[in-house]
Amino acid sequence: MTKKKMVFASRQIFIPIAALLLLALFNLAVDPSFFKITLGRNSAGDPVLTGYLMTILDYGSEVAILAIGMTLVTAACGGQDISVGAAVAIAGSVILRVLVGIGGDGTLQAPIIVGFLAACVVAMLFGAFNGVLVAIFNIQPMVATLILYTAGRSIAAWINNNELPIVTDKTFTYFGGFIPGIPIPTPFFLAVICIAITLLALRFTTLGLYTQAVGINASSSRLNGLNPVFIKWLSFVILGLCVAVVGLIKTSRLSTINYSVIAKDIEMDAILAVALGGNVLSGGKFNIMASIVGAYVIQFLTTTLYKFNVSSDALPAYKAVVVILLVVLSAPAIKDKLMGMVKKQKGVG
Amino acid sequence: MKKSTIAVMLTAALAAASLAGCGGGSDAPATQAAATTAAEAGAEKEEQAEDAADAADAPEQAADGELIKVGIINNDPNESGYRTANDADLKKMFCEENGYEASFAYSLKNDEQITAAQKFIQDEVDYLLLSAADTSGWDSVLKDAQDAGIGVILFDRTIDASEDLYLASIVSDMAKEGETAVTWLAGQNLDSYNIIHLQGVMGSAAQQGRTGALDEKVAAEDSWTLVTQQTAEWNSEKAQQIVQSVIDSGTEFNVIYAENDDMAKGAVAALDKANISHGVGKDVIIMGFDCNKWALQELLDQNWNYDGQCNPFQAAYIDEVIKKVQKGESITEKTIIMDEKGFDASTITADDVENYGI
Repeated sequence: MTKKKMVFASRQIFIPIAALLLLALFNLAVDPSFFKITLGRNSAGDPVLTGYLMTILDYGSEVAILAIGMTLVTAACGGQDISVGAAVAIAGSVILRVLVGIGGDGTLQAPIIVGFLAACVVAMLFGAFNGVLVAIFNIQPMVATLILYTAGRSIAAWINNNELPIVTDKTFTYFGGFIPGIPIPTPFFLAVICIAITLLALRFTTLGLYTQAVGINASSSRLNGLNPVFIKWLSFVILGLCVAVVGLIKTSRLSTINYSVIAKDIEMDAILAVALGGNVLSGGKFNIMASIVGAYVIQFLTTTLYKFNVSSDALPAYKAVVVILLVVLSAPAIKDKLMGMVKKQKGVG
Repeated sequence: MKKSTIAVMLTAALAAASLAGCGGGSDAPATQAAATTAAEAGAEKEEQAEDAADAADAPEQAADGELIKVGIINNDPNESGYRTANDADLKKMFCEENGYEASFAYSLKNDEQITAAQKFIQDEVDYLLLSAADTSGWDSVLKDAQDAGIGVILFDRTIDASEDLYLASIVSDMAKEGETAVTWLAGQNLDSYNIIHLQGVMGSAAQQGRTGALDEKVAAEDSWTLVTQQTAEWNSEKAQQIVQSVIDSGTEFNVIYAENDDMAKGAVAALDKANISHGVGKDVIIMGFDCNKWALQELLDQNWNYDGQCNPFQAAYIDEVIKKVQKGESITEKTIIMDEKGFDASTITADDVENYGI
């Protein structure tokens, strides 16, 4: 192993990429048709690409977008937000409330962008609420977000007076489906936009550095002139924005909403993506790209399991196995040992 | 100095806690004893109750002006359009104008529902109306209700418990719903049936009934095969992913048997994406259950083929049962099965959508 390779292996992004390769190799060995992509037309007559890989890009993007916000929250606060699924329900409900309204006939009452912006504002407000609990009142993130986790879906139902509005407008389906003429699923583009904005923000602002500093040691960063309360709060607001985007995708997929099951357990996938990305779950150093790759790895796993007809209520068990493996592998004791073995082999070779 | 104060306080707290622990410990057998006597008393009471069954609720009847207290345990009204309609129907019936004082408890989890039932028993409601999340595990709590003289009426879903434990059960016959649907499907005379079967939450009565009929038919006929049989847990997103996976694998199929409308909708979304035609005279037959208004509209538009009704309007039936009991009449039919239809896209009318859509 050359030195360069060694450096790569010790880098964070190595873990999710290794997992991705492992899954890909497994599928290649068992059934290479997994990788087949065909260009067809959907029922509206527009060209679309289909195949397992496209499904992964499509559904993985939801988790990828959430993973951005979740990574920042994890890094700054050293805890996770478990209310994102409920918050997605709220955001989706707001979109439908603005677009169709109570007792509407499905035609658009407002431009889609207005509905989306309203959802952004509401989701950021709920994010801010979580942020206040965590940053100002110093409540454990998981406990603080438990409030919204419990109440969120009822709030979402209340926003639309317990009705299930249906949007009949075709343009609304573009966000969770395909834009006419573009054969790649729109959620992927939305994810790319979110990722690009985040990377630019990290490159050109001090967000990344400050978040990391606060996560490693809040009091010493305060002594150095940072405002840890604001940084922690901000991470929750950013997560709120990510939630709004996912709310748009989710409601667009079916042009309606089901409050109790929409985005169910998606927070677990988002947290798993952060863990799979090798981020320290107790805060500090983070790598957004690694989390995003992690998100697609989870969807890769889900899609693979669906392909093999694994019962969908057994999926969480398989994910649990992944979590156990990750936790064990990233434990310092095991890590040192593995690194030691690699070095030893190199010495012998 | 300060530290030692804290230490002293902590020790005191610990001592108090352990004392409280002891208290709790010695309390336990006492409660148990009490429970046994209560049970014995309950048995006696039962005998008495049987004697007095006819004259049963005489005191309640005397207090005519008083509201009848009902505790209603239902599934989450947001679970589906069916449940929303069901909950709205119950709320409309069990209000003060109709002489009821109703409290509601919602959960999709059996254990939470049982806790709610225990609470209602403590609150001394007159009737306990129950739509159980799961069919099992209800015996002991219903026994408690009986001992407390509370009339239990099951609605929407049956449970695995002795019939003696409840006054009446107002249900949809899920097995019959499944049979009606499967008979309809058999009547389509396809050369071969390659079915994607999307199941509801495993273990629920609706899932068991609707799955049972199909499973039997598939086992009996050579030309019927299940391409995939998966639970999508009533969830349209999961249904979409499962069907997407079948499409990606390139396996042929010509029937989607979804155990509720939401899952059928998710399946159709996946078909639309892959340009697989569906509906009357098209490649894939779409079957759903529950008769949501929007689903029946899909039938009317010829995009789906079949929708089985699952009647959510049990409140009137329940009211009737309670009125009878209050008058001292006995309930002859324990199980009351509601009328239900199956709609075919080729015969459905706009009136049906209005009248039967929920």
